[in-house]
Amino acid sequence: MTSEHATTLIGERFGSAQVENGPPLTVTLPVDAWLPFAQFAKDELRCRYFSFLTAVDWKDQGLDVVLKIDNVDDNLSLIVKTRLEPGVSSCPSLTPLYRGANWMEREAYDMFGIVFEGHPDLRRILLTDDWEGHPLLKSYAVDTPHPPYR
Amino acid sequence: MSSATPTRVELDYAGSERLTMNMGPQHPSAHGVFRAVLTLEGETVIDVDAVIGYLHRCHEKLAETLTYAQYPSIASKTDYVAAMTSEFAYVRAAEMIGKIEVPQRAEYLRVLVSELQRVASHLLWLGTWCMDMGGALGGGATIFLYTIRERELILDLFESLVGARLLYGFFQVGGVRYDLPDGWAASCLETVDVLDGRISEYERMLEDNPFFMARAEGVGVISRELAEDVGISGPLLRGSGVAYDLRRAEPYSVYGDLDFVVPVESSGDCLARYRVRMVEFRESLKIVRQVLDTLPAGPVSSRPGLKSVAQTRIPKGEAYARIEGARGEVGCYLIADGSAKPYRMKWRGASFSNLAVLPHIIPGHKVSDIVAIMGSVDPVFGEVDR
Repeated sequence: MTSEHATTLIGERFGSAQVENGPPLTVTLPVDAWLPFAQFAKDELRCRYFSFLTAVDWKDQGLDVVLKIDNVDDNLSLIVKTRLEPGVSSCPSLTPLYRGANWMEREAYDMFGIVFEGHPDLRRILLTDDWEGHPLLKSYAVDTPHPPYR
Repeated sequence: MSSATPTRVELDYAGSERLTMNMGPQHPSAHGVFRAVLTLEGETVIDVDAVIGYLHRCHEKLAETLTYAQYPSIASKTDYVAAMTSEFAYVRAAEMIGKIEVPQRAEYLRVLVSELQRVASHLLWLGTWCMDMGGALGGGATIFLYTIRERELILDLFESLVGARLLYGFFQVGGVRYDLPDGWAASCLETVDVLDGRISEYERMLEDNPFFMARAEGVGVISRELAEDVGISGPLLRGSGVAYDLRRAEPYSVYGDLDFVVPVESSGDCLARYRVRMVEFRESLKIVRQVLDTLPAGPVSSRPGLKSVAQTRIPKGEAYARIEGARGEVGCYLIADGSAKPYRMKWRGASFSNLAVLPHIIPGHKVSDIVAIMGSVDPVFGEVDR
């Protein structure tokens, strides 16, 4: 599975995807293709190695969810992105597909407040359960105190 | 007189009772603050809930407030046992976006310290793991004291190079901060020779010990499928039969020019992870020798003498830089917006992903095995919690 072959396959199956050559190959998709694409990448592109999942806050342009998966046999790296429009905070969960997504999605929920639909156990992971707010959002000020202090 | 046959005591236990037990947050085998909420049936663990976050400092938010010149020395505080590798990942991400050139001598010095760091980190792992497994290993603390003694030799080298023993701030965007002082290479070679001999000594001490073998062999098996699905990396992944080492798969810096072996074991148990690391010790020492032999002359940074911390500006863009650290893939996903500070930075901590495999492998083991499994995973909680 070369990078060119992967690009062709993605183009055939996901017309809505924008592909930038890498490495890593960067694929940008609408949110409704998120889960089908991950399934396709795991089965057809054989990207079975789950590297990480995170998010980026683009302020009034919404949130990006970023996924990195690898095919370790053919040395193919994939970064997959989707945009959550402003006001949208839910995204399909990849945990049923990759067990590694469990903790990463909990972290993205903890830090950005993204609700992963279908996650079996979505609760905070790094911060305490009674924490208020989601610190990696750009609206969460870093220079003002956030009571209660602990 | 009672009969010679001992009376048999019938315990009223038929597996009907489950006990919830907290292991941690202050448990010596956790090597940090980690709480495992165990559900037990007798001595057998049937469920684990891993509670992390006790060391969380929100490095990712912090990085958005610090300049490219300031953050590398903070990066070392994520994985404080192998500080050099996290600095490496951060500066490499910035250099990838800014297409900043790094002089050849600086690349060699980066590889040199990374490999010494791997040896130091593995030494600490071996000592603490064996101490966790306790008295059966010839007094428990014996190996620990030996490995700490050897690790000290490497920390001495780092101290004479950087001035610090644990957290260095050695890397900077465009190169490294210091060149080797006089006589450093000679004392490094001496240390490497000492270490080479000592590693064989540890192997004999451990592998001739039936208690060690019984506690490591067949315990905590991670299948290849689970390994990839969870995304574990480093010696754990290679212990589960996947020949994936970033120094080989995606040769960064000058690893492409160096000769070394990537060890792979297929059994996936604690012993396999031990064997992988024991080979890595020697391979790292081999790399250190090669680097010292072929170290080119020249400057150690393409951006020396920066007058102000805001002078390093990185153009708009994003990059994912990954380094094969002592514990696996240390990744830094960086988004720059053209200012002196990153817009967003994500740490892919090797320990975080490695620890996430525990809830999948611990159930079915005895409580005492948790200690052996945790030790073989070698998590550093600064990197788990970031």
